Amino acid sequence: MKEKLEQIKSAAEAEFKSAADPGALENIRIKYMGKKGELTAVLKGMGKLSKEERPVVGALANEIRQKLEGEIEERKSALMAELEKKRLSEEVIDVTMPGRRRAEGKLHPLTQVMDEIKRIFMGMGFSIAEGPEVEYDYYNFEALNIPKNHPARDTQDTFYIEDNIVLRTQTSPIQVRVMEKTRPPIRIIAPGKVYRSDTVDATHSPVFHQIEGLVVDKDVTMADLKGTLELFVRSLYGEKTRARFRPHHFPFTEPSAEMDISCWSCGGKGCGVCKGEGWIEVLGCGMVHPKVLENCGIDPEVYSGFAFGIGLERIAMGKYDINDLRLFFENDLRFLSQF
Amino acid sequence: MKLPMSWLSDYTDMEGITPKEYADKLTMSGSKVEGVENLGADIDKVVVGRVLTCEMHPDSDHLHVCTVDVGGTEPIQIVCGAPNVAAGQKVPVALNGAALPGGIKIKKGKLRGVVSNGMICSHEELGIDASRLGYEPEYGILVLPEDAEIGSDVKKLFGLDENVVEFEITSNRPDCFSIIGLARETAATFKRPFRLPEVSINETGGDINDMLSVEILDKDKCKRYNARIVKNVKIGPSPKWMRERLEACGVRAINNIVDITNYVLLEYGQPMHAFDIRDIAGGKITIRRAGGGEEIKTLDGQDRKLTNDDLVIADESGAIAIAGVMGGFDSEIKPDTTTVVFESAMFEPSTVRLTAQRVGLRTEASSRYEKGLDYHNTVPAIERACQLAELLGCGENVSGMIDAMGNVEGETKIAFRPEKINAFLGTDVSTEEMVRILTALEVSVDTDAMTLTPPSFRPDLQAEADIAEEIARFYGYDVIPTSLLRGETTAGVKTPEQLMADTLSGVLTAQGMYEIYTYTFQSPAILDKLNIPEGSELRNYVKIANPLGEDTSMMRTTIAGSMLEILSRNYNYRNKSARLFELGRVYRPNPNGAGELPDEPQILMLGMYGGVDFYDIKGVCEEIFERLHIKNAEFEPVSDDPVYHPGRAARIMIGGRAAGIIGEVHPAVLRNFEIGTKAYMGEIDFGAMFAAAEQSVKYVPLTKFPAVTRDFSIVTDKSTPVAQIEKVMKKAGGRLLTHLELSDVYTGEQIPDGKKSVMYKAEFKATDRSLTGEEADNLHAKIVKALGAQLGAELR
Repeated sequence: MKEKLEQIKSAAEAEFKSAADPGALENIRIKYMGKKGELTAVLKGMGKLSKEERPVVGALANEIRQKLEGEIEERKSALMAELEKKRLSEEVIDVTMPGRRRAEGKLHPLTQVMDEIKRIFMGMGFSIAEGPEVEYDYYNFEALNIPKNHPARDTQDTFYIEDNIVLRTQTSPIQVRVMEKTRPPIRIIAPGKVYRSDTVDATHSPVFHQIEGLVVDKDVTMADLKGTLELFVRSLYGEKTRARFRPHHFPFTEPSAEMDISCWSCGGKGCGVCKGEGWIEVLGCGMVHPKVLENCGIDPEVYSGFAFGIGLERIAMGKYDINDLRLFFENDLRFLSQF
Repeated sequence: MKLPMSWLSDYTDMEGITPKEYADKLTMSGSKVEGVENLGADIDKVVVGRVLTCEMHPDSDHLHVCTVDVGGTEPIQIVCGAPNVAAGQKVPVALNGAALPGGIKIKKGKLRGVVSNGMICSHEELGIDASRLGYEPEYGILVLPEDAEIGSDVKKLFGLDENVVEFEITSNRPDCFSIIGLARETAATFKRPFRLPEVSINETGGDINDMLSVEILDKDKCKRYNARIVKNVKIGPSPKWMRERLEACGVRAINNIVDITNYVLLEYGQPMHAFDIRDIAGGKITIRRAGGGEEIKTLDGQDRKLTNDDLVIADESGAIAIAGVMGGFDSEIKPDTTTVVFESAMFEPSTVRLTAQRVGLRTEASSRYEKGLDYHNTVPAIERACQLAELLGCGENVSGMIDAMGNVEGETKIAFRPEKINAFLGTDVSTEEMVRILTALEVSVDTDAMTLTPPSFRPDLQAEADIAEEIARFYGYDVIPTSLLRGETTAGVKTPEQLMADTLSGVLTAQGMYEIYTYTFQSPAILDKLNIPEGSELRNYVKIANPLGEDTSMMRTTIAGSMLEILSRNYNYRNKSARLFELGRVYRPNPNGAGELPDEPQILMLGMYGGVDFYDIKGVCEEIFERLHIKNAEFEPVSDDPVYHPGRAARIMIGGRAAGIIGEVHPAVLRNFEIGTKAYMGEIDFGAMFAAAEQSVKYVPLTKFPAVTRDFSIVTDKSTPVAQIEKVMKKAGGRLLTHLELSDVYTGEQIPDGKKSVMYKAEFKATDRSLTGEEADNLHAKIVKALGAQLGAELR
């Protein structure tokens, strides 16, 4: 009996080892250890053994059975691992092929630049104000110290709707509307469309965008104006950017200035972008004219303030190296998808 | 304004100042320099020479071989092809290595075997306009006057060794439209002395009052009128120095009298006019308003019709000049003029501006008058003109000057508060420094009364802020310190509307939509392209009174036209597909009529084509409503909107009110916009969305009890919208019906004509217990019953 068991064991082990896949392995298991298997048959035949032999053979048979089961499991895992390895090697894909994308749209480049400017000023405590595009002559001109027949009206060729209603030529009327309604301290920027009767070319458009800024409070100085705007251009164009303020004239500010920044292309040495000057004009600004404050019911002896106006297209053209303003309004997807 | 730097030296010290330094400093003190042009920059190594000998070239029938003295130790040999070259002439000689305009370089070489060491030049080769010469040049080489110095640079001879500075002068500084005004700014900028021209004239007898009288009838429009007479005038060219200065300023020399008026205009900024006294009928000048319909032929030969608001200079027979704009054709200076009347006057700025606009003439004179001139300047200017007439030897001054006054403003007094100015600028400028700056600008400072009186040529100095600017300019804008805002802090915030617009942009870009920017004015014809019927509200628009053209005269009442134009452009640029949006304004006339501002509501405009259908654009809307927590939006079929397909469009209802429309664009409209594919658009009122958007969102507890699902397969009339089916199902299902999903819509075999099969998957759930299968079956039955009763639908 013992010999028989040992025989079965070595025969089964030999077969396990040669099994090529889990299916074959299972068949071999059944062959030896299934209900009608060889080892099972031996165990069933144990009744014929003597009382003394039975426990000895029984123990041996169980030992062999356990051993074989362990070996089967081991062999099975090995076979499974091999199979998986094979499958994985067959499932190789070309990971350099392009990804499948869920196409997102994009915001217009003018919005992207506007958002950046808004972010910078909101960080300095400025809120966002708005106003009508079709505006009273009073808000667009008179309240801003530009009476009828003032020569400054010539430089802003105005679209009229009626005698006293215009398409705003600047975002400055929003200043007046805000000052009429709000008591200082005031810190706002006011972005929006403005209109001037210029024919369309690479640098002109009858519709374009400005961002107006206004600060009114006690003790606001021209030094504050310089500091605030320098901080703005350094945030927008980088820490190394230098600003230069040149005297200028606007009817609604006094003193008035234009701000140039060191050329973003050459850093100030002079190049084609800055026409050799090293400086690029970016905005107009000044201390709010006392008459404008008075027109809005704010006492210029108590309060002072500064204002500035930024041309959005100009900033965006510089930032993205765009040489034709018309591209912004053509909305060709080949253009829009670049930003 | 062009300024020759040599002219400046007459009034201030320019020693040691380079053009670059000059441009930088003046720009920083407020007179912006646009550029500096060196007139002779492209001419080099061209000198005066004398032709010593001139022989025919042995090998040519038109070339000459010349020896020319160019001031060196030896004469040089030059081969010259000009027909007029001759021994004894003084000529411009381009030496070996010379440069001429147009990038031409001259090198020595051989012409038909004979050595040539340079070139004798014509005036064209030197780029010199014949008018600069003062005489008519011959054909061929330029023969120079006998007094030209041999060996000297020809640039000097023609005044081309000059730097001309071009300024951008702002409208508040009429005084700087003059050499003297800029010299004053220059002197103040460089802290150097400033001197006015010394003017004195010899009066040679007679009395102007016996020859001419002047009367101002409109004393508000004419502030001052001065006249002087020069007799025994000989009209001829003015001298070289004067012509060169005029040319450098971009003014063409004409004759001595006209040149004097232009010279004084440039120098003093005071427009001058010269009449021939023969043309002043009755010897009397009146300054009056034009009669309605009065006509005048101006110097440029044009007939101009005037109105009662225009001011004219008139004699007994009628207008002889339009005040401040242009002289009359008939009274101009003629070759045989012998007695000249000089006019130097001050007219009211807006009168000149409006007249210049009305007659369409913007002249050197009118552009100065309209900015406001100084009535104190008329007398120095007219005396300067008479001095120059004398200096040029073109006539004798009759004794006396006519000085007619109109109504003029008094001087301005401004309180001088140095500490206030410093507080305003954020500076610490000493009072002494302020006084120095103001004095250099000819502001008189009374340090006892602490008052300032600006000079009369500075009408822009009205108040303390104006004085602060003067201090800042010459103290230096760049020296003013920088500081950050102090005081009460403010929170930088956006309004809820602005925040919602940001959210919308986020949803839309995530949906693959690109933002566009379009013009807000359009052609009214676009309404025809959109097939908008007569009488539609959309045809009631805000009209621009003075548009660039008819095609940009309408403030849009709908963005649909803008979107279709952009879709069309992209389609015709062969972009395969497009998904676009714009959050823009439309403009609706105020119902209260004229004099009131229009309404400017914001509209969200959507547009797409290429691989999309109606349900794509609807999906975008649904995503928006989901994100904005708009719960009460519904889509109702609409068939009567001319822009959209009658069977593929839906009105968007928010809270039962129309808030927009979406749909497939009507094929006729697509054709009108030249779009060769189906396109889909949507228009949603931003305000309606804002009003409906739930601002505060509350969490609904997640239930731990499982859901039970049931399928519905029903047959209804084909025309019944699924929205209606869902409404019935939701009502019947009540709270326990937590989710409803349309899984299929089918027509065809096995379904009777005029019917459709609709399949739904429904999910039932309770928050407090597990629903039993029986409960779900009951709900199913209840819903089917409701569908049958309300819509005549049956189970399939």
